[in-house]
Amino acid sequence: MRDSLIQVSYLIASVLFILGLRSLTRPDKARRGMQLAAAGMLFAIAGTLLNHTIIDYRWIVGGLVIGVIIGYPMGMWVPMTAMPQRIAISLTFSALAATLVGVAEYHTDLLSGELPGRAKMAAIGFEVMLGSITVGGTIVAAGKLQEWITSKPVTYKGQNFVNGLVFLGVLALMVFTIVDPTQEAAFFVMIGASLIFGVMLVMPIGGADMPVVVALLNSYSGLASCAMGFALGNVILIISGSLDGASGFILSILMSKAMNRSFTNVLFGAFGSETTAATGKSSAGLTVRSIGVEDAAIQLAYAQLVIVIPGYGMAVAQAQHAVRELSEMIEKRGGEVKFAVHPVAGRMPGHMNVLLAEANVPYDKLYDMDEINGEFDRADVALVIGANDVVNPAARNDKASPIYGMPILNADHSKSVIVLKRGMSAGFAGIENELFYDRRTSMLFGDAKASLTGLIGEIKNV
Amino acid sequence: MQILELYVFVLAAFVGYMVISRVPPLLHTPLMAATNAISGISLVGSLIAAGAAHNRVATILGFIAVVCATSNIVGGFLITDRMLRMFKREAPSGAKQPAGKQG
Repeated sequence: MRDSLIQVSYLIASVLFILGLRSLTRPDKARRGMQLAAAGMLFAIAGTLLNHTIIDYRWIVGGLVIGVIIGYPMGMWVPMTAMPQRIAISLTFSALAATLVGVAEYHTDLLSGELPGRAKMAAIGFEVMLGSITVGGTIVAAGKLQEWITSKPVTYKGQNFVNGLVFLGVLALMVFTIVDPTQEAAFFVMIGASLIFGVMLVMPIGGADMPVVVALLNSYSGLASCAMGFALGNVILIISGSLDGASGFILSILMSKAMNRSFTNVLFGAFGSETTAATGKSSAGLTVRSIGVEDAAIQLAYAQLVIVIPGYGMAVAQAQHAVRELSEMIEKRGGEVKFAVHPVAGRMPGHMNVLLAEANVPYDKLYDMDEINGEFDRADVALVIGANDVVNPAARNDKASPIYGMPILNADHSKSVIVLKRGMSAGFAGIENELFYDRRTSMLFGDAKASLTGLIGEIKNV
Repeated sequence: MQILELYVFVLAAFVGYMVISRVPPLLHTPLMAATNAISGISLVGSLIAAGAAHNRVATILGFIAVVCATSNIVGGFLITDRMLRMFKREAPSGAKQPAGKQG
């Protein structure tokens, strides 16, 4: 009776999770759907507490209370600009939970003298391996996103070789413990080596490649939960883990595609470290046209269609609210404003959309690359705010360029381009952007937020 | 028994792939937050480890895992809701919007 109650609660939870994720296809239905998923979680927890092996509730209650105390601020107080590192940290938590449960299970089995069978040991092995790789990787990723660690790629000669060796070692230890589960030392060395491997995997990856990495680690942590499900013979863990894993997998593929790079290239390519030597065209002999706030304001004020292209620079300058204000000014004067969001703009999938939504930009003005690229031809002004590589025409026409083949926003098709930028430093990839030297382009130098505030003030006077 | 679990895994992965590949890029960040919250399901395993009173080590490790998983569930669902609340359509033009068409 108890067991069937538990199974029913898991069934309800699985259905509600899937319905919740499905609701995310529609922004207007999403909130309701996720509330259903949260209800599903309550069912799953309530069901689990009925489990007859649970006899002592003191530690459970303590853990739940502390978890709520930590979780509430992580949900309510973390600013939207810190979203990427917030996601990375929560991946650390979920992977850590999976690892610890795996260790606990292994330890308990050893103590009881009832050695785990091959299949169970393999599941535990995968659980702790994927879990600790994710823990190591996400901590470094969070550090890079928060800029505690340099967001530049950290590389050395023979790095891929060393990483490969460590990974082979991890696999060997895992096979060893599966064959002979009594080898406790090997088990713990494997965990340590996996942690180190996770750290070494993410260290050489640069800030702009973080969307792929965060998505990939998301799928690892999902697979770790899956493995936990196999180890404990628990179906809800397998289902939720594979949902999580599928989501991370899909996102990392989408992100890689949007950069026209393979998975392996992102992970082992250390983009941006040696590219300066490989850059195609140089800027020698080309001139940049700088523009003042007044002239830029006039252009924007009389434009019929302005397409805003936000990039990571907008997030850094916290300029999203100023952007929204500017777009309202232009609309008030009868112009139309659309936002073109490149899939890898920012530091995580969908980063720009969340920031703009927070600044009260209605989501029907936010367009994906494929939706908007045809419209640049009739745009009067393309306003580039802190974006660089995603509008670099070299991706289209310079075979020597490292970003050749990456799909870009057609900013260069619009009648004029205004670029808000701090200075003439090259983008993340270290590549010159010929868009900045185009005769239709004018550069408005300075901090993005200050420039936008200036533009807002000027447009009022036009 | 293991085969049955493999069935579940493969089918769930399929469903996940079908459902999630239809989520628009607009909502990719909420999607990541939502799957984080759902990944808090590892609480299920953690609760058993923390409450089964097998041995001290398992209890302590389970306890830490309960803390981690719970904070993911609470934080994850709250932040997803916070984000999704921000995604608004443009107010319909006939409504009480400050009609600003005079230019």
